[in-house]
Amino acid sequence: MRKTIYIPGDSSARAAGSDEVALEIRKEAEKRGLNVDIVRNGSRGMYWLEPLLEVSTPEGRFSYGPVSPASAGSLFDAGFLDGGGHPLSLGRTEDIPYLKDQERLLFKRAGLTDPLSIEDYRRHGGYKGLQRAINLTPRDIIEEVKASGHRGRGGGAFPTGLKWETALKTPSDARFVVCNADEGDCGSFSDRMIMEGDPFALIEGMTIAALAVGARKGYVYLRSEYPYTKDIFGKALKTAYDNGCLGRNILGSNKDFDISLIMGGGSYICGEETALLESMENRRGMVRPRPPVPAVSGLFSRPTVLNNVMTFVAVASIFENGAEFYRRYGTQGSTGTLPIQLSGNIKRPGLIEKAFGADLKEIVYGFGGGTASGRPVKAIKAGGPLGAYLPASVLEKGVKLTYEDLIANGGILGHGSIIVFDDSIDISQMALGTLKFGAYESCGKCTPCRIGSVRAMEIVEGIVAGNDVENGLVLLKDLLSTMSNLSLCGLGGLLPLPISSALRHFPEDFGLKKGSFDWDYYAKDR
Amino acid sequence: MLALLADSYSIHFMDNRDRQAIENIIGKTEDRAGALLSALHGITDKLGHIPVEAIPLIARGLNLSVADVYGAITFYKDFRLSPPPLNVLKICQAESCQSRDASGLTRYARARLGIGLGEAAPDNKAAIEPVYCLGNCACSPSITHNGKLLGRMDEKKLKELIDAIEEKP
Repeated sequence: MRKTIYIPGDSSARAAGSDEVALEIRKEAEKRGLNVDIVRNGSRGMYWLEPLLEVSTPEGRFSYGPVSPASAGSLFDAGFLDGGGHPLSLGRTEDIPYLKDQERLLFKRAGLTDPLSIEDYRRHGGYKGLQRAINLTPRDIIEEVKASGHRGRGGGAFPTGLKWETALKTPSDARFVVCNADEGDCGSFSDRMIMEGDPFALIEGMTIAALAVGARKGYVYLRSEYPYTKDIFGKALKTAYDNGCLGRNILGSNKDFDISLIMGGGSYICGEETALLESMENRRGMVRPRPPVPAVSGLFSRPTVLNNVMTFVAVASIFENGAEFYRRYGTQGSTGTLPIQLSGNIKRPGLIEKAFGADLKEIVYGFGGGTASGRPVKAIKAGGPLGAYLPASVLEKGVKLTYEDLIANGGILGHGSIIVFDDSIDISQMALGTLKFGAYESCGKCTPCRIGSVRAMEIVEGIVAGNDVENGLVLLKDLLSTMSNLSLCGLGGLLPLPISSALRHFPEDFGLKKGSFDWDYYAKDR
Repeated sequence: MLALLADSYSIHFMDNRDRQAIENIIGKTEDRAGALLSALHGITDKLGHIPVEAIPLIARGLNLSVADVYGAITFYKDFRLSPPPLNVLKICQAESCQSRDASGLTRYARARLGIGLGEAAPDNKAAIEPVYCLGNCACSPSITHNGKLLGRMDEKKLKELIDAIEEKP
């Protein structure tokens, strides 16, 4: 009997050597005269085990990891094709606690299916949602999105149904659907994973959005740092066209929808929605003042549904199972599930999908297993580069991973990333690095961000060096107020959050006494 | 304007083949959205950089001004007006990698190659560039070598890589 072996073609798995493992496994199989099929699946998200190899057996999928090319021979010797025991054996994949304890809706197929097989996608619930949406009116589609309580996953958390409704209600000769796949926030990789591991889910979600607002053309703006993603998603688009899921008369609906893939130019700011639109319109990726919002006047001044990758993927899930089902997960203000991306100094980094409201401590210690170094956790940073540095003590406060609870604790949830630092890290250096990043990536359109990021860096360097500290602190508070109140977009507007949280929670790293910096990003009179 | 640019960048004269390749790439863009990025990526993939002489060709082909095209090339970090160094090492400076000693890797690369972050060696053999996140955070620290993503880096692996770069003529 022909055996199927799964070896991830995911970027991170490949960076960990999965291509070399696949090559060696194939060679070894040929040497032994065995007929095997190798499927390059997505990653299961258990990255400390990558390259993770799986085999299909009558008792389910068995996994082995982390596999090196050198272990290929011994795997065959151990009879891994039938799930045989081996030092790298992890048992049945679905019994691994890290995976078993998750609530996978958006990532239910990632790692399980062949990402480029549309038959596999359909077998696991794919295109059920679109099929249902085809029989609904635009109004009803939008009502269902609204009823689900779904909010945008790019960081802004704006209600998706409301955004779509605005685009539908704005009179125009054309409307567009644009997917923001410019996943630049450090610590986040869920967009990449889903586009590599389950690309049709994004295509399906975008197609439902197109039906909702009457768009005939969609675009995916992907960051150029993801060349493997480009290959996989490009192939998925072609397959979708070949199977009547894109193009003319989608699934016999009499509706047309096209999707093109655009590669970014290596600029973080193009992940900001208006800069992304400028970039698509053949200009420098510089932020546009709002209003008007893109739903009113977006690409080429037409109403545009501009959502992040996970937002569209969640839509496909909502239509597959219904808004009621989706609402059963999460909290009142944050419905559904959140793909949490855990990285940094952590024993078991990876992707953990849980209903909104998961306990932060459980994620870091339960799933993550604490720091990789074995030293105490000093800080965590949730929500990407513009999130707050929170002290380890926050883990003892029962913080839930929801938009509301993170804000209540002085942070942001953002895209759902969590970076862990051990006690060897100097937070003043991390804060300076964040400012350097801000200065490096500022588009330069507005002064508070362009000059503020550089000035803040100079002032903080002065404080750390002990030069004119008192005046420096006064100046810095004034500068952070200006940046947070007057910047055109979130880059300059949010940079004060990591900087002020670092100074408030870790003053000793800056050579300051406790309480010497009291400027609060969330204060009303900031 | 082109004369001004020619003073700032050593002009690499295109031969007819390059010109034809560029015309083909520009001619391929059907959709107005993303046309410039697509053309710039296409030319970079083919030639390694955007020759200054290509700017007016792109501008004419896409109905943009020379200033628009030049402005975009100099805005996006992916594009350059001179040939790239033989080996480009991008070292992630973002925080997951910092938590796993990306600074140590950066220091090591700088010391070995004798150049700063964001600089190229005078013989254009190697350059070290900062990058903020490669989406490989769960296998930090990460770098790329001529676009190939490498995870779980440490000084030993980086040493082997730089040794190999230095050995090649």
